[in-house]
Amino acid sequence: MTIAWYLAVSAIVFALGAVGVMTRRNPLVILLCLELMLNGGNLALIAFARMWGNGDGQILAVIVMTVAACEVTIGLGMIVAIYRRRLPIDVDELRELQG
Amino acid sequence: MSAVVFFIGAAGAIAGAVGVVMLRNPFYSVLALVAHLVSLAVLFLLLRAEFVAAVQVVVYAGAVMVLYVFVVAYVGDQSEGIGARLRAGPTGGPSAAALRLGGAVLAGALLIELLIALLGTGLKAIGTDGAGYAPGPRTYGTPAYIGNLLLTRFLLVFEVASFLLLVAAVGGVVLARRRGGLEDDADGPAAPLNVIAPASTGTMVEGIGTRAR
Repeated sequence: MTIAWYLAVSAIVFALGAVGVMTRRNPLVILLCLELMLNGGNLALIAFARMWGNGDGQILAVIVMTVAACEVTIGLGMIVAIYRRRLPIDVDELRELQG
Repeated sequence: MSAVVFFIGAAGAIAGAVGVVMLRNPFYSVLALVAHLVSLAVLFLLLRAEFVAAVQVVVYAGAVMVLYVFVVAYVGDQSEGIGARLRAGPTGGPSAAALRLGGAVLAGALLIELLIALLGTGLKAIGTDGAGYAPGPRTYGTPAYIGNLLLTRFLLVFEVASFLLLVAAVGGVVLARRRGGLEDDADGPAAPLNVIAPASTGTMVEGIGTRAR
Protein backbone atom coordinates (compact mmCIF):
# COMPACT_ATOMS: atom_id res chain seq x y z
CA MET A 1 0.00 0.00 0.00
CA THR A 2 1.27 3.45 -0.81
CA ILE A 3 1.91 6.12 1.81
CA ALA A 4 -1.15 8.08 0.64
CA TRP A 5 -3.50 5.41 2.00
CA TYR A 6 -2.01 5.68 5.47
CA LEU A 7 -2.29 9.47 5.33
CA ALA A 8 -5.96 9.20 4.37
CA VAL A 9 -6.62 6.90 7.35
CA SER A 10 -4.82 9.33 9.66
CA ALA A 11 -6.93 12.24 8.38
CA ILE A 12 -10.15 10.26 8.93
CA VAL A 13 -9.15 9.30 12.49
CA PHE A 14 -8.20 12.91 13.27
CA ALA A 15 -11.53 14.22 11.95
CA LEU A 16 -13.48 11.61 13.95
CA GLY A 17 -11.66 12.70 17.08
CA ALA A 18 -12.54 16.31 16.29
CA VAL A 19 -16.22 15.33 15.99
CA GLY A 20 -16.04 13.75 19.43
CA VAL A 21 -14.33 16.73 21.04
CA MET A 22 -16.95 19.08 19.63
CA THR A 23 -20.09 17.03 20.27
CA ARG A 24 -19.59 14.98 23.45
CA ARG A 25 -20.19 16.52 26.87
CA ASN A 26 -18.58 14.00 29.21
CA PRO A 27 -14.99 15.15 29.86
CA LEU A 28 -13.84 11.52 30.02
CA VAL A 29 -15.03 10.94 26.47
CA ILE A 30 -13.52 14.27 25.39
CA LEU A 31 -10.16 13.03 26.67
CA LEU A 32 -10.63 9.79 24.74
CA CYS A 33 -11.35 11.77 21.58
CA LEU A 34 -8.22 13.86 22.18
CA GLU A 35 -6.34 10.55 22.22
CA LEU A 36 -7.91 9.76 18.86
CA MET A 37 -6.66 13.03 17.41
CA LEU A 38 -3.16 12.44 18.77
CA ASN A 39 -3.18 8.95 17.27
CA GLY A 40 -4.19 10.33 13.89
CA GLY A 41 -1.20 12.66 14.11
CA ASN A 42 1.03 9.76 15.15
CA LEU A 43 -0.02 7.69 12.15
CA ALA A 44 0.81 10.57 9.81
CA LEU A 45 4.19 11.03 11.51
CA ILE A 46 5.10 7.38 11.13
CA ALA A 47 3.87 7.27 7.52
CA PHE A 48 6.06 10.26 6.66
CA ALA A 49 9.00 8.70 8.52
CA ARG A 50 8.56 5.58 6.36
CA MET A 51 8.39 7.78 3.28
CA TRP A 52 11.77 9.36 4.00
CA GLY A 53 13.32 6.22 5.51
CA ASN A 54 14.33 8.37 8.49
CA GLY A 55 13.79 7.72 12.18
CA ASP A 56 12.99 11.28 13.26
CA GLY A 57 9.26 10.83 12.74
CA GLN A 58 9.23 7.72 14.90
CA ILE A 59 11.04 9.53 17.71
CA LEU A 60 8.48 12.34 17.46
CA ALA A 61 5.68 9.75 17.65
CA VAL A 62 7.16 8.28 20.84
CA ILE A 63 7.39 11.77 22.34
CA VAL A 64 3.77 12.45 21.36
CA MET A 65 2.80 9.28 23.25
CA THR A 66 4.67 10.57 26.31
CA VAL A 67 2.88 13.90 26.16
CA ALA A 68 -0.44 12.06 25.71
CA ALA A 69 0.25 10.01 28.85
CA CYS A 70 0.95 13.23 30.80
CA GLU A 71 -2.23 14.80 29.46
CA VAL A 72 -4.23 11.74 30.51
CA THR A 73 -2.76 11.86 34.02
CA ILE A 74 -3.64 15.52 34.50
CA GLY A 75 -7.05 15.22 32.83
CA LEU A 76 -8.12 12.20 34.86
CA GLY A 77 -6.82 13.87 38.03
CA MET A 78 -9.02 16.86 37.24
CA ILE A 79 -12.03 14.60 36.63
CA VAL A 80 -11.48 12.86 39.97
CA ALA A 81 -11.21 16.28 41.66
CA ILE A 82 -14.46 17.40 39.99
CA TYR A 83 -16.15 14.21 41.19
CA ARG A 84 -14.87 14.73 44.75
CA ARG A 85 -16.47 18.16 44.86
CA ARG A 86 -19.83 16.66 43.85
CA LEU A 87 -19.93 18.73 40.68
CA PRO A 88 -21.65 17.34 37.59
CA ILE A 89 -19.28 15.55 35.20
CA ASP A 90 -20.49 17.58 32.23
CA VAL A 91 -18.51 20.28 30.46
CA ASP A 92 -21.67 22.34 29.82
CA GLU A 93 -22.35 22.56 33.54
CA LEU A 94 -18.78 23.50 34.48
CA ARG A 95 -18.93 27.07 33.30
CA GLU A 96 -17.08 28.83 36.08
CA LEU A 97 -13.33 28.54 36.38
CA GLN A 98 -13.25 29.28 40.07
CA GLY A 99 -12.24 27.14 42.99
CA MET B 1 -0.88 -9.77 1.48
CA SER B 2 0.14 -6.43 2.93
CA ALA B 3 -2.89 -4.82 1.28
CA VAL B 4 -5.23 -7.25 3.05
CA VAL B 5 -3.57 -6.58 6.41
CA PHE B 6 -3.70 -2.85 5.73
CA PHE B 7 -7.44 -2.87 5.03
CA ILE B 8 -8.14 -5.00 8.13
CA GLY B 9 -6.08 -2.63 10.30
CA ALA B 10 -7.55 0.51 8.74
CA ALA B 11 -11.11 -0.77 9.08
CA GLY B 12 -10.45 -1.67 12.72
CA ALA B 13 -8.92 1.71 13.45
CA ILE B 14 -11.78 3.66 11.85
CA ALA B 15 -14.46 1.45 13.41
CA GLY B 16 -12.84 1.88 16.83
CA ALA B 17 -12.74 5.65 16.36
CA VAL B 18 -16.43 5.71 15.37
CA GLY B 19 -17.20 3.61 18.42
CA VAL B 20 -15.37 6.02 20.74
CA VAL B 21 -17.38 8.94 19.38
CA MET B 22 -20.79 7.27 19.09
CA LEU B 23 -21.15 4.94 22.08
CA ARG B 24 -23.22 6.31 24.95
CA ASN B 25 -21.53 4.49 27.81
CA PRO B 26 -18.00 5.83 28.55
CA PHE B 27 -16.87 2.34 29.50
CA TYR B 28 -17.65 1.04 26.02
CA SER B 29 -15.90 4.09 24.58
CA VAL B 30 -12.72 3.09 26.44
CA LEU B 31 -12.98 -0.47 25.13
CA ALA B 32 -13.49 0.85 21.58
CA LEU B 33 -10.36 2.98 22.01
CA VAL B 34 -8.39 -0.14 23.01
CA ALA B 35 -9.55 -1.85 19.79
CA HIS B 36 -8.58 1.27 17.85
CA LEU B 37 -5.11 1.37 19.40
CA VAL B 38 -4.41 -2.28 18.64
CA SER B 39 -5.55 -1.85 15.03
CA LEU B 40 -3.33 1.21 14.75
CA ALA B 41 -0.39 -0.85 16.02
CA VAL B 42 -0.96 -3.20 13.07
CA LEU B 43 -0.64 -0.21 10.72
CA PHE B 44 2.55 0.85 12.52
CA LEU B 45 3.97 -2.63 11.96
CA LEU B 46 3.18 -2.36 8.25
CA LEU B 47 5.08 0.94 8.24
CA ARG B 48 8.15 -0.84 9.70
CA ALA B 49 7.82 0.88 13.07
CA GLU B 50 8.20 -2.22 15.22
CA PHE B 51 9.30 -0.45 18.38
CA VAL B 52 6.56 2.17 18.22
CA ALA B 53 3.96 -0.55 17.62
CA ALA B 54 5.15 -2.45 20.69
CA VAL B 55 5.07 0.72 22.80
CA GLN B 56 1.59 1.47 21.48
CA VAL B 57 0.24 -1.91 22.60
CA VAL B 58 2.12 -2.24 25.90
CA VAL B 59 2.06 1.32 27.24
CA TYR B 60 -0.93 2.89 25.52
CA ALA B 61 -3.44 0.07 25.16
CA GLY B 62 -2.17 -1.52 28.36
CA ALA B 63 -1.25 0.99 31.02
CA VAL B 64 -3.00 4.20 29.98
CA MET B 65 -6.27 2.45 29.22
CA VAL B 66 -6.19 0.72 32.61
CA LEU B 67 -6.02 4.21 34.14
CA TYR B 68 -9.08 5.19 32.09
CA VAL B 69 -10.99 2.09 33.15
CA PHE B 70 -10.21 2.81 36.81
CA VAL B 71 -11.49 6.37 36.57
CA VAL B 72 -14.62 5.35 34.65
CA ALA B 73 -15.33 2.73 37.30
CA TYR B 74 -14.72 5.29 40.08
CA VAL B 75 -16.78 8.11 38.60
CA GLY B 76 -19.47 5.83 37.26
CA ASP B 77 -21.71 6.08 34.25
CA GLN B 78 -23.08 9.60 34.12
CA SER B 79 -24.14 9.60 30.49
CA GLU B 80 -27.72 10.52 31.48
CA GLY B 81 -26.73 13.18 33.98
CA ILE B 82 -28.19 16.46 35.11
CA GLY B 83 -27.22 18.19 31.90
CA ALA B 84 -29.41 15.98 29.71
CA ARG B 85 -32.45 16.56 31.92
CA LEU B 86 -31.87 20.31 32.07
CA ARG B 87 -31.50 20.49 28.33
CA ALA B 88 -34.85 18.76 27.82
CA GLY B 89 -36.61 21.85 29.16
CA PRO B 90 -36.75 25.30 27.57
CA THR B 91 -33.28 26.58 28.42
CA GLY B 92 -32.77 28.82 25.41
CA GLY B 93 -29.82 28.68 23.08
CA PRO B 94 -29.20 26.11 20.38
CA SER B 95 -30.42 22.58 20.99
CA ALA B 96 -28.11 19.62 21.47
CA ALA B 97 -29.05 18.18 18.07
CA ALA B 98 -28.16 21.43 16.33
CA LEU B 99 -24.83 21.58 18.14
CA ARG B 100 -24.10 17.99 17.18
CA LEU B 101 -24.91 18.70 13.53
CA GLY B 102 -22.72 21.79 13.60
CA GLY B 103 -19.82 19.81 15.05
CA ALA B 104 -20.20 17.14 12.38
CA VAL B 105 -20.25 19.73 9.60
CA LEU B 106 -17.15 21.45 10.98
CA ALA B 107 -15.31 18.14 11.27
CA GLY B 108 -16.29 17.21 7.72
CA ALA B 109 -14.79 20.47 6.51
CA LEU B 110 -11.68 19.72 8.56
CA LEU B 111 -11.43 16.25 6.99
CA ILE B 112 -11.66 17.66 3.46
CA GLU B 113 -9.05 20.27 4.24
CA LEU B 114 -6.71 17.67 5.74
CA LEU B 115 -7.11 15.36 2.77
CA ILE B 116 -6.33 18.22 0.39
CA ALA B 117 -3.32 19.22 2.49
CA LEU B 118 -1.96 15.68 2.89
CA LEU B 119 -2.70 14.12 -0.48
CA GLY B 120 -2.33 17.22 -2.62
CA THR B 121 1.14 18.11 -1.42
CA GLY B 122 2.86 17.28 -4.68
CA LEU B 123 5.37 15.11 -2.83
CA LYS B 124 6.20 12.45 -5.38
CA ALA B 125 7.14 9.87 -2.75
CA ILE B 126 3.58 9.90 -1.42
CA GLY B 127 2.56 7.54 -4.18
CA THR B 128 5.30 5.03 -3.42
CA ASP B 129 5.74 2.38 -0.76
CA GLY B 130 8.40 4.47 0.97
CA ALA B 131 12.14 4.39 1.09
CA GLY B 132 14.13 1.22 0.69
CA TYR B 133 14.11 -1.26 3.55
CA ALA B 134 16.53 -4.11 4.25
CA PRO B 135 15.66 -6.45 7.15
CA GLY B 136 18.32 -6.75 9.83
CA PRO B 137 18.88 -6.61 13.59
CA ARG B 138 19.69 -2.88 13.71
CA THR B 139 17.74 -1.61 10.73
CA TYR B 140 15.11 1.12 10.53
CA GLY B 141 12.43 0.93 13.23
CA THR B 142 13.97 -1.69 15.48
CA PRO B 143 14.49 -1.04 19.22
CA ALA B 144 18.26 -0.77 18.66
CA TYR B 145 17.73 1.92 16.01
CA ILE B 146 15.27 3.94 18.12
CA GLY B 147 17.41 3.61 21.25
CA ASN B 148 20.47 4.75 19.39
CA LEU B 149 18.64 7.83 18.10
CA LEU B 150 17.13 8.61 21.53
CA LEU B 151 20.49 8.50 23.27
CA THR B 152 22.50 10.40 20.66
CA ARG B 153 20.68 12.88 18.43
CA PHE B 154 17.57 13.26 20.59
CA LEU B 155 19.11 13.06 24.04
CA LEU B 156 17.77 16.45 25.12
CA VAL B 157 14.26 15.54 23.94
CA PHE B 158 14.49 12.29 25.86
CA GLU B 159 15.50 14.04 29.09
CA VAL B 160 12.86 16.74 28.73
CA ALA B 161 10.22 14.05 28.20
CA SER B 162 11.29 12.25 31.37
CA PHE B 163 11.08 15.51 33.32
CA LEU B 164 7.63 16.14 31.84
CA LEU B 165 6.50 12.72 33.07
CA LEU B 166 7.77 13.55 36.56
CA VAL B 167 5.89 16.85 36.57
CA ALA B 168 2.72 15.13 35.36
CA ALA B 169 2.97 12.44 38.05
CA VAL B 170 3.32 15.05 40.80
CA GLY B 171 0.50 17.09 39.26
CA GLY B 172 -1.81 14.10 39.13
CA VAL B 173 -1.22 13.34 42.80
CA VAL B 174 -1.78 16.99 43.77
CA LEU B 175 -4.99 17.24 41.71
CA ALA B 176 -6.59 14.01 42.88
CA ARG B 177 -5.62 14.07 46.54
CA ARG B 178 -8.13 14.55 49.32
CA ARG B 179 -8.42 18.14 50.47
CA GLY B 180 -8.07 18.61 54.23
CA GLY B 181 -6.61 15.23 55.04
CA LEU B 182 -8.34 12.00 55.93
CA GLU B 183 -11.79 11.84 57.50
CA ASP B 184 -10.43 10.51 60.80
CA ASP B 185 -8.63 13.77 61.43
CA ALA B 186 -11.93 15.66 61.55
CA ASP B 187 -12.42 14.61 65.21
CA GLY B 188 -9.11 16.06 66.23
CA PRO B 189 -6.27 14.00 67.59
CA ALA B 190 -7.32 10.88 69.47
CA ALA B 191 -7.71 11.59 73.22
CA PRO B 192 -5.22 9.67 75.39
CA LEU B 193 -6.41 7.48 78.21
CA ASN B 194 -7.16 9.31 81.43
CA VAL B 195 -3.88 8.49 83.11
CA ILE B 196 -3.43 11.79 84.88
CA ALA B 197 -5.61 11.55 87.96
CA PRO B 198 -5.60 13.83 91.05
CA ALA B 199 -3.09 12.92 93.70
CA SER B 200 -4.09 10.17 96.15
CA THR B 201 -6.82 8.77 93.90
CA GLY B 202 -7.61 5.17 94.83
CA THR B 203 -5.65 5.19 98.12
CA MET B 204 -6.72 4.71 101.76
CA VAL B 205 -6.52 8.46 102.21
CA GLU B 206 -9.29 9.02 99.67
CA GLY B 207 -11.40 6.32 101.35
CA ILE B 208 -11.42 7.93 104.81
CA GLY B 209 -11.97 11.42 103.44
CA THR B 210 -8.87 13.03 104.86
CA ARG B 211 -5.93 14.21 102.97
CA ALA B 212 -2.35 13.60 103.88
CA ARG B 213 -0.33 16.64 104.52
